[in-house]
Amino acid sequence: MSLASAWAVALHGVDGMLVEIEAHIGPGLPGLQMVGLPDTALSEARDRVRAAVLNSGERWPPRRMTLALSPATLPKGGSSYDLALACALLAAAGRVPAQRLHGLVLIGELALDGRLRQVRGVLPAVLAARQVGIGEVVVPSASLAEACLVDGVRVHGATCLKEVLSWLRDPGGAGLARPGPPRPAPPAAVPDLGDVLEQGDARWAVEVAAAGGHHLLLTGPPGTGKTMLAQRMVGLLPALTDQEALEVTAVHSVAGLLAPETPLITVPPFVAPHHTSSVAALVGGGSGLAKPGAVSRAHRGVLFLDEVAEFGPRSLEALRTPLEDGEVRLARRDGVVRYPARCQLVLAANPCPCAPPDERDCTCAPSARRRYLGRLSGPLLDRVDLRVLMRPVKDMGQADAEPESTATVRERVLQARAAARARWTGTGWSTNAEVPGPVLRRRFRLPRAVTEPIAAALHRGMVTARGADRTLRLAWTVADLAGRDRPLVEDVSVAMGLRDRRAA
Amino acid sequence: MEPTAQAAQHRSDELGRRGEDLAADYLASTGLVVLSRNWRCRDGEVDLIATDGQRLVVCEVKTRSGTGYGEPSEGVTPAKAARIRRVTAAWLRAYRVGWCEVRFDVLAVLCPQDGPVTVEHLQGAF
Repeated sequence: MSLASAWAVALHGVDGMLVEIEAHIGPGLPGLQMVGLPDTALSEARDRVRAAVLNSGERWPPRRMTLALSPATLPKGGSSYDLALACALLAAAGRVPAQRLHGLVLIGELALDGRLRQVRGVLPAVLAARQVGIGEVVVPSASLAEACLVDGVRVHGATCLKEVLSWLRDPGGAGLARPGPPRPAPPAAVPDLGDVLEQGDARWAVEVAAAGGHHLLLTGPPGTGKTMLAQRMVGLLPALTDQEALEVTAVHSVAGLLAPETPLITVPPFVAPHHTSSVAALVGGGSGLAKPGAVSRAHRGVLFLDEVAEFGPRSLEALRTPLEDGEVRLARRDGVVRYPARCQLVLAANPCPCAPPDERDCTCAPSARRRYLGRLSGPLLDRVDLRVLMRPVKDMGQADAEPESTATVRERVLQARAAARARWTGTGWSTNAEVPGPVLRRRFRLPRAVTEPIAAALHRGMVTARGADRTLRLAWTVADLAGRDRPLVEDVSVAMGLRDRRAA
Repeated sequence: MEPTAQAAQHRSDELGRRGEDLAADYLASTGLVVLSRNWRCRDGEVDLIATDGQRLVVCEVKTRSGTGYGEPSEGVTPAKAARIRRVTAAWLRAYRVGWCEVRFDVLAVLCPQDGPVTVEHLQGAF
């Protein structure tokens, strides 16, 4: 009898795929069939769409209707197809012009009264639409700010189905809401590095970590400022580039964590999961299709594991591959999803379970002490470039020299990062921490005299081969911070010191 | 039955009969010949049995005075469709009709309080 189609987007992790929704109205008793592997939430769209159509003042076509979602073999789920389903049906019934639905992606969940509700993952969906050359998208007005982060696509925001229908019928009419001027996000309140007393070594380690993108372990008695330093780390990192900001925002969109007014995330995220977090909470998981975990939410930012020795060994081991690969691949019933996970790890731990302010007062048995930090496995610690032992603070801060503020240190970090980026242009890496060992050993080989301390430590079995590569990487960062174009032997020695074996 | 319920039942029966009259007129106007009306047997009843000369057309007439409880045609449930099929088989046996093609139609009659009556013909509905 009649046929129409509309477009929606299926999300697979942070990747979107365009889905064509065909509606056919044929002879037969009234009823609605939906085919194309819908999950429960999508099957229930049948009832939501019917109620929304009726409550928007439209007649429900009293015919046999078939809705097909193609590609038919791709499992589809969620409520974001509701708007496209309703529009396809009404177009097939001749209530709205079918040709208006060409080149238009419709996203949104319908409430029973016809209101359009917000859904997760609008940003990746709009990105997917742009990728296949679709130029126009309708989203719930609550997601308008998020959708308009993608340029090159005309985005419209609607509050209810009625609004969308009258816009489809009369494009010249009142129309739908258009995005306003982008509002800059309020500057995040990052605490200042000047608040931290003493701790010269640890401050220096945080600076090196920020400059090179290295992972960092801080050990020391409680109250020495481990957590304070870790929280101040994001303030030292450069703002995200446009591409990075979109990557980070896409992950947070899928996790449903965006601020509706200013959705774009421009500062590196800081994620601090509690030490009782499960493996699924850390790396991502969930039934059906896996959802992003803490390591992906901290993409391009800092993942801070406070009291790292209290984390379950399984949770920590699960972090190893994501940290190495910069992404997580999670296989669940409905397929394998990839989430980015290029985050910087900051670990903090007490030296022992009793953790007195002064280490001499420790009452732990030697075996208990050994077991405590021994929970941090060798393979994980081997991936941590910087390890610092923090000493108790002995001064109330009346010292003559005011501690350096975030702004001062950040300036140096940005310069070092710029130097590193200039060196690695054309290679796909931007920080020293990302560069593979073989490249440092071959293409950027240092003179034997410079690498002598590493060679000696390797020979004596003090570092592993991977540890040697990491020391080399640190040496490059130390040189970048000092403004040298390649490391000298003293930079290598400093780098060796930053991998203090006493600090676990 | 309560007097009011009785009255409501009476009204709805009357509406159904009126719808069936309209449907029969409509079928005749499309050139079909009505063979039976309200034919009953042990299994139930069919509203209209007609023919276009080649095949048997079995019609279920569903009349409603408004769409508040849904479109008239939505009142034809799978159970009702199955019953109509059984009754049709009984009809074919009763009249000793041999093999013949059968089509099941629904005639949806809408008789609103205010406004014109509409008859919608769903051919081959089930």
